[in-house]
Amino acid sequence: MTTSLALLAGSVSLVGVGAYLMLERSLTRVLIGLVILSNGVNLGFIVASGDPGDPPLLGEYAALDIADPLPQAMVLTAIVITLGTVSFVLAMAYRSWQLDGHDDVQDDVEDAAIRRLAAADEASDAFDLTVTASPDDADDEVSEEEGSDGRPVPDLEESPHEPSPAPRVSRETPVLDEQEDRP
Amino acid sequence: MRATIRPTIDRRPVLLVLVLLHLVAGALAPVLVRAWGSRAFLALALPPAATFVWALTAARDALDATRVEEFSWVPALQMDLTLTLGPLQWLMTLVVAGIGALVLAYCAWYFSPTEPGLATLAGTLTAFAGAMLGLVWADNLLVLYVFWELTTVFSYLLIGHDPTKRASRSAGMQALIVTTFGGLAMLVGILLVHSQTGTFSATALLADPPAATAVMIVAVVLLLLGAVSKSALVPFHFWLPGAMAAPTPVSAYLHAAAMVKAGVFLVALLAPALADVPGWRELLLPLGVATMLLGGWRALRQYDIKLLLAYGTVSQLGFMLTLVGVGTRAAALAGLAMVLSHALFKASLFLTVGIVDHNTGTRDLRKLSGLRSRMPIVAGAAALAGLSMAGLPPLLGFVGKESAFAALLDVATAADGDGTGLAAFTGWVALLGVVAGSALTVAYTARFWWGTFWHKAGVEPTEVTPVTPQFAGAPVLLAALSLVLAFLGSPLTSVIAPYAEQFPAGTHEPYLALWHGLEPALGLSLVSVAAGLAIFALRAKMAALQAALSPQASAERAYQATLRGLDRLAVEVTGFTQRGSVGIYLGVIMMVVVLVPGSVLLSRASWPDEVVLYHNPLQLLLALIVLASAILVARSRRRMRAVILVGVTGYATAVFFLLHGAPDLALTQILVETVTLVIFVLVLRRLPEHFTDRPLARTRYWRMVIAGGLAAVFGGFLLIASGARTELPVSVDFPEAAVDFGGGKNVVNVTLVDIRAWDTFGEISVLVVAATGVASLLFIETRNAGIRRVHEIPYPSEVTKVPVAGGRRVWLPGPRTLAPDRRSILFEVITRLIFHTIMLLSLWLLFAGHNNPGGGFAAGLVAGLALMVRYLAGGRYELDEAAPVDAGLLLGLGLAVSALSAIVPVFFGGAVLQSAIIDIAVPMLGEIHLVTAIAFDVGVFLVVVGLMLDLLRSLGSGIDRHIRREERDAEEAGEDAPTGAIR
Repeated sequence: MTTSLALLAGSVSLVGVGAYLMLERSLTRVLIGLVILSNGVNLGFIVASGDPGDPPLLGEYAALDIADPLPQAMVLTAIVITLGTVSFVLAMAYRSWQLDGHDDVQDDVEDAAIRRLAAADEASDAFDLTVTASPDDADDEVSEEEGSDGRPVPDLEESPHEPSPAPRVSRETPVLDEQEDRP
Repeated sequence: MRATIRPTIDRRPVLLVLVLLHLVAGALAPVLVRAWGSRAFLALALPPAATFVWALTAARDALDATRVEEFSWVPALQMDLTLTLGPLQWLMTLVVAGIGALVLAYCAWYFSPTEPGLATLAGTLTAFAGAMLGLVWADNLLVLYVFWELTTVFSYLLIGHDPTKRASRSAGMQALIVTTFGGLAMLVGILLVHSQTGTFSATALLADPPAATAVMIVAVVLLLLGAVSKSALVPFHFWLPGAMAAPTPVSAYLHAAAMVKAGVFLVALLAPALADVPGWRELLLPLGVATMLLGGWRALRQYDIKLLLAYGTVSQLGFMLTLVGVGTRAAALAGLAMVLSHALFKASLFLTVGIVDHNTGTRDLRKLSGLRSRMPIVAGAAALAGLSMAGLPPLLGFVGKESAFAALLDVATAADGDGTGLAAFTGWVALLGVVAGSALTVAYTARFWWGTFWHKAGVEPTEVTPVTPQFAGAPVLLAALSLVLAFLGSPLTSVIAPYAEQFPAGTHEPYLALWHGLEPALGLSLVSVAAGLAIFALRAKMAALQAALSPQASAERAYQATLRGLDRLAVEVTGFTQRGSVGIYLGVIMMVVVLVPGSVLLSRASWPDEVVLYHNPLQLLLALIVLASAILVARSRRRMRAVILVGVTGYATAVFFLLHGAPDLALTQILVETVTLVIFVLVLRRLPEHFTDRPLARTRYWRMVIAGGLAAVFGGFLLIASGARTELPVSVDFPEAAVDFGGGKNVVNVTLVDIRAWDTFGEISVLVVAATGVASLLFIETRNAGIRRVHEIPYPSEVTKVPVAGGRRVWLPGPRTLAPDRRSILFEVITRLIFHTIMLLSLWLLFAGHNNPGGGFAAGLVAGLALMVRYLAGGRYELDEAAPVDAGLLLGLGLAVSALSAIVPVFFGGAVLQSAIIDIAVPMLGEIHLVTAIAFDVGVFLVVVGLMLDLLRSLGSGIDRHIRREERDAEEAGEDAPTGAIR
């Protein structure tokens, strides 16, 4: 079988320009890039599908001479799917314009926040929430060790909290351990 | 000589039922607590109590022979639910069930009915007892692992009992992370043991101890990692004091008597088989002794009596693991005696602390004073339990410690380390370490009792609410047992001996007793007690010394630093890789495609030889058109121009298809390209004319390089792919199959609706999703925005309706709703003339598609184009006139028709999606060759029409409405401003 360079060139140029446009920020351009890229890839299927031939219509042509029908069926599906994708992204571009006045793809703010943490060499908020105790956590846990006065260690179990001043004495409902800061 | 154990296979699954009983009770606990308040704990104490009583009655069974219950669970993994009750398990059962019952009963008075989360706590605690029993009884190591991790999870839930407190949450998390880490290591160890021995059964391992291969050594180290982390040995000890965030009864049960003993149990269980594998003693002895010393040292520094006890537990766990890990008969006997005595005295002491905390409101030993005379019974119980902990006669703790000293002395002095092969020096170090640890134990016990109950000068006597006898019952009973059992040395020996006899006999035949005669061990006891009392007497100087020696580094700090480092690493990695920009992600993906498969392409590609410039000279022209228009698209700053040029590339692609011999593709491509063009225009009428201006200078060249590279790699792949087509394609049989089974002559269409109909079905589902997505983006709330027919719209007041008579009919009903300047009579007339023709064409394509170019997709697109023309000519009302149906209805109907046509053949004895061929002769049209697959194609047609209608309704009519609303708002604003409100 033979490969047609012209067909290949058409496919490759569409893929190249499509990829270039997809790397842009404007959603419309991205979408146009997607359409072009899809056309290029569809052509690519045809390049790879073998020699050209007669249309696969057995009423008029001999089965031996027809072009391979399977890639055609695949590409047909792909064309229609592209229509669905394009209309969806187009609706998104419109919605984005409705909300922001432009259709540019924005950077993710959460990711930017994480990048700032990384630049500042800090741990995530989740870490502080789960691991380190903080002064607002004060309870009647007697957690300091003998001889540790004046040398506070910011540890969970050796945190320098004073034990709560007055011992609670309960008569009717027993008060249990370490429960003072319950909301 | 090893004792032979004769298993008795009992058909009655008592052990299994007991485990399940606990789990069921745990599940019922919330209901019971809601009904009876904290008294429900008394009912929940019944399952462990029943287990305890049953175990007592089964003593003869368990000690003479191992009771085995076998159930097949996951045969493929050799994971059988085998439960065994041998001498070791029997003793552990008594500890776990007995103390479990007492602690649960104690909870009935400890907790107030208003305690938040009480129902969950009760359920978890009861279920924990069941899991712990399962752990003890499991013979299959995989099942043991499951129960092991179950206890970890329950422990986590109980430590984090108060989720509103950060300290409680973090302590729970810390315990979970540390013990799960060890547990996972243990799992790997279990799997390695299996790879060496081919069995998961502990009994089988004991019967046939594995050889000490290199893999076995690794396996043993991993197994011990699990035991050591669970039993809180150095360097994992810190999670246990942290776990004191749990309510005190939970600490008494899980973190003193039961769960932390799991590691001791595992070591005791496997020691007869594995103690001689290198790594076993080398790991356990140093860690055990170090833990004993460190725990005692830290216990001396605590102000919180519960934390003091927790460090004491750490210390004692080190002691016990040292003993059961040594692997001599004497040490095994002493080890199990210590397990029993520790469970009794430590549970009793914890429950005492619970009473003190509950009835005084503090656990700070600097504030507690004079409790000795205010709660004398509790103080007495604590004194008994404390004496046992300190190892003083006549209490069980003394018996255990004496035997331990004697056993270690044998290791140090007897030939060949009393059968262990340990050097005398090692034996001496272990012995001295344990003696020193016992001295510390004496000291912190004294500190505990003195600190809790003694009158302290300068401290007000603590206010106390009276202690009810039931509340004090459990600790008093446990303390009394510590005393009574000390005098029952001989029965105890006979109970533990069956386990100890699994080890070879040592220099001395060990036995438990309060009085062994004037042995060296007694001297060591005296030394340790004297040293301990001295430490306590000099406590002020000791405190100063400890403060001075207090190390800056500690295991918990290392743990925190590790977690912090892990989190920092996650932040760095996330910050580095997750840039938040779609463009960068896409660029990275493309670069990977270029670099990785691209380099493979360069290195080992075999390029095809049969390359021609063109198959048809027209291809050359088309390539030029495509290239030129694509570049113009990339350079275009106007949206509309870009879109139109895209259309050019699309139509050129269609011609490429046609030249290749794919008329169906060409037809679909042209239709899709047209539809795309129209919907682009419909949306772009609202977007700015030009693309957003931005300085692109630098990144632009990057993008060019990436895109160019991608195109080059893509082209290279295509070349290779086309050159690689050497095998007969799978589709070679398609033509024949199409005619014979599919009954159609258009092979592509038959492929779509028959041969590969599943693909098509998936595709139309995607179309439904896309259509729904578009509609939801435009209408936000509901896509059924209301179809309004023209005759429903009232005429404006100044317009009178001209009666419709013959000859006065309008061309199209819709356009009268449009502004005059937006109407085009010519367009309306043409629309009127061609609409029905196009619809007819669409139907023809649908039915002829099986044999000629066409089919459901093309037909649907053509019908959609007809609707589009109506919409363009007459606006949104005209669209509703043309298609007064909801798009969703068409989509759903289409999907249903396709699905039905796929399933129906099944009812006629066929396969899903099978076709039948029916020939009918119809006048005018000739022979109609009806294939049932046409029904499937009708479904496809309906879905595509639905999609088109949805696109027109949302991107056409929907945007029309938005525009109209804006205009109206602007008008109102304009009118309001000068004249004020008129309407």
